[in-house]
Amino acid sequence: MTQVSMTVNGKTVSGDVEGRTLLSSFLRDHLSLTGTHVGCDTAQCGACVVHVNGEAVKSCNMLALEADGAEVGTIEGQANPDGSLNVIQQAFQDHHGLQCGFCTPGMVMSAAALLKENPRPTEAEIRKYLEGNLCRCTGYHNIVKAIMAASGQDVSHIAAE
Amino acid sequence: MPKDSGIGASSKRREDVRFLTGAGNYTDDINIRGQAYVYFLRSDIAHGRIKSIDTSAAEAMPGVVRVFTGKDFEGVSGMPCGWEVTDKHGAPMQEPPHPILAQGKVRHVGDPIAAVVADSLEQARDAAEAIDVDIEELPAVLDMKAAAEEGAPLVHDDLKNNICYDWQLGEADDDKVNEVFANAAHVTTLELVNNRLVANPMEPRVAVAEYSRGTDEYTLYTTSQNPHVIRLLMCAFVLGLPEHKVRVVAPDVGGGFGTKIFHYAEEAFCTFAAKACNRPVKWTASRSEAFMSDAQGRDHVSKIELALDADNNFVGLRTHTYANLGAYLSTFSSSVPTWLHGTLMAGNYKTPVIQVNVRAMFTNTVPVDAYRGAGRPEATYQLERVIDKAARELGVDPVALRRQNFITQFPYDTPVALTYDTGDYNGTMDKLEQAADFAGFPARRAESEARGKLRGLGVNCYIEACGIAPSNIVGMLGARAGLYDAATVRVNATGSISVMVGAHSHGQGHETAFPQVVADMIGIDESMVEIVHGDTSKIPFGMGTYGSRSLAVCGSAMVKATEKVIEKAKKIAAHLLEASEADIELKDGQFTVAGTDKSVAWGDVTLTAYVPHNFPLEVEPGLEETAFYDPANFTFPAGAYACEVEVDPETGQVTIERFTAADDFGNIINPMIVDGQVHGGIGQGIGQALLENCVYDENGQLLSASFMDYAMPRADDVPFYTVDHSSQTPCTHNPLGVKGCGEAGAIGSPPAVVNAVIDALQSGGKAVDHIDMPVSPSRVWAAMNS
Repeated sequence: MTQVSMTVNGKTVSGDVEGRTLLSSFLRDHLSLTGTHVGCDTAQCGACVVHVNGEAVKSCNMLALEADGAEVGTIEGQANPDGSLNVIQQAFQDHHGLQCGFCTPGMVMSAAALLKENPRPTEAEIRKYLEGNLCRCTGYHNIVKAIMAASGQDVSHIAAE
Repeated sequence: MPKDSGIGASSKRREDVRFLTGAGNYTDDINIRGQAYVYFLRSDIAHGRIKSIDTSAAEAMPGVVRVFTGKDFEGVSGMPCGWEVTDKHGAPMQEPPHPILAQGKVRHVGDPIAAVVADSLEQARDAAEAIDVDIEELPAVLDMKAAAEEGAPLVHDDLKNNICYDWQLGEADDDKVNEVFANAAHVTTLELVNNRLVANPMEPRVAVAEYSRGTDEYTLYTTSQNPHVIRLLMCAFVLGLPEHKVRVVAPDVGGGFGTKIFHYAEEAFCTFAAKACNRPVKWTASRSEAFMSDAQGRDHVSKIELALDADNNFVGLRTHTYANLGAYLSTFSSSVPTWLHGTLMAGNYKTPVIQVNVRAMFTNTVPVDAYRGAGRPEATYQLERVIDKAARELGVDPVALRRQNFITQFPYDTPVALTYDTGDYNGTMDKLEQAADFAGFPARRAESEARGKLRGLGVNCYIEACGIAPSNIVGMLGARAGLYDAATVRVNATGSISVMVGAHSHGQGHETAFPQVVADMIGIDESMVEIVHGDTSKIPFGMGTYGSRSLAVCGSAMVKATEKVIEKAKKIAAHLLEASEADIELKDGQFTVAGTDKSVAWGDVTLTAYVPHNFPLEVEPGLEETAFYDPANFTFPAGAYACEVEVDPETGQVTIERFTAADDFGNIINPMIVDGQVHGGIGQGIGQALLENCVYDENGQLLSASFMDYAMPRADDVPFYTVDHSSQTPCTHNPLGVKGCGEAGAIGSPPAVVNAVIDALQSGGKAVDHIDMPVSPSRVWAAMNS
């Protein structure tokens, strides 16, 4: 067991982990931050995406020890300080960008990372960026639409809610 | 003008807030103090005889609580099948045992051989590696036609062969069918494969079980679409537990698509082990395990023949299908290639003579059961592909050929056992032609061709039987369950309402849509109504969510229970208003004496129900009603879909350029949610048509066992979709006039995609009339260059 410390959603945390403990299990099992989901074992599905030092990272593909000293952001820390949904979260609700909700934390975290580097992405850029995030419910239509809306683009021309 | 609340409004989903903030409660988020972890040792051999299992080294490993093998379950019933199909000679299907842990033989890669319970998952996994299993490998049974031959190796030694049943529906007189085909002006024949799929809800399956010695009670938390069904099957057929001592909870569930309907061995194991180990036990599937243990979908090999007369009227249809059931009968597997498939072969067309033949096979593969659409996509794909091929052979417009043969009079008795209550297939096709802009297609094709691409337009129709199902009918057909549903409407003293429903929401938005109905009926704000689902201890009973049934069946129960509540509330209101009950009207949450300005508010009546100082003596206090609803018929959503593709003639790459769905779902409660359901179905249908394929090698090894190898549709594989559901013929036999929308997209889209690809290739002068799904670049390129 090795001690690991990091800042998660602005709060300093630490814990004893095995060398093989993944960041995703540190968040879920040690910190009870169960909003970060694990949907596969090959780093394909993206349900576990979190931010590490501002970058989108698949937390199932990073050891907890690798995040020692890092600033980690998870879905639990995304809402506005008053608890209301942030712009991306609100757009996902407004445009029905989620159904079962399992991929959603990863989608929101990826969308946030995308909009940070590209504040007004095209439809094609969004679809390309989301290659690492699988959703089985929505057919992606409303996810792409929600991210376009969150970036301030008019989506009223896109057929059907 | 769109409504802003109640029935017909696109109310935003209230459940989204918890999912968007990480506050959902999925089964893997549940941890019970003191829990141990289960790891299943699964077979890496498709077919073999277990000679010995030595668990002694594993038992001595650190943290190991106990190691279980099939021996621990001798005398315990195996996993049951919920539907007995009778073959065409009147004999029951062959029904082999399905043990919780393998006994004697392993029959597919992933078949669980042993289970290790340990203090941590890592310890359980490490110990499983120390289990010494000696298996004599046997030839794997994989090809369905070879498996049916005399002398083929047997998946189940105690069965006479690998054929579960030979089943037939429709015209039983072969001579009559032969005559129709002999006299036909034209016969189109097509052999095709409906590719095996893996449902892959994003949340893998999980089971957490605990047992209380003090009360002799069990609680199972599980990723299920139907917790009551799991409790019933597990208690009555597997473990022999008293149902009233078992609570099954399906909390937030991360997608189902059919594969979370079934009662799985892991659920029974965890419940059993929780008592045997006197500790809570938890099992979480990895995605690799999901590929090897979740029931898979489709996998039909069919030959379909369509007979037409000289005027291009359909006069006969005959199909022969081999359906793969895998190694064991999963819960509803036997019903999928039969009553959910053969019955849909009439499609939207008035073909007078239909004969459906299905041979269901056991093979050394993962069990196959219902996956979104379940039998209906297989029927639609065959029918809509053969019609398209016929149109091309005859040189007629595929849409015109369909229109000419549409059923236009309702109710309509098909030759394959269904009675369609209502529909307007021409009207729906009109909507499609508009929404998909057929008129603009030639210009779009010319533009594609100018860029060196081939462009195709594929159209098809579908019909599905949903809202399953009338219990008396399915009982006659072999179902071992009734398929009604139930709801309790509990009005609290302050007027807010909890509705306990037997349906389960795992993405469908019941928590939002169901309150729209109740609130609308009473005339109160939607926020005053809350849906409770997924917990057998809170809900009277329920058969769960599948077959696009939730609103049509459970929603009807909810309407009935709400009507009972209103009826009683009117008695109380009449008493308070000193008026006759018959004169009381309820509108906008106010009870009014008709023709007067005397009224009392909903909240005053509900408070009186619980503080009955001034109360009619003949009425019981309280305001809570339960209703069960058993549908009178199936519902019949139908639609017409159009897909436009571009094919790169250099590489065979297919790109979906446009996809348009025109659906008739009857009345609609929440259009936003309905659109979302269609989008998701189309996404999965495009996945089946272009990308997804579950592949076993010649030894029965599962080659597509991860997201690295099984091609799930990704955001850049699909376009924005156009969805039109303005064609609405309300269901005639349920109170809301609703039909169900959950599966339509997955049923209607695969043939549209393949028809479009064939159209594109033929427009480029390629003599290609069929390509099996998935229509991958290599298959397209090979077809173009053969």
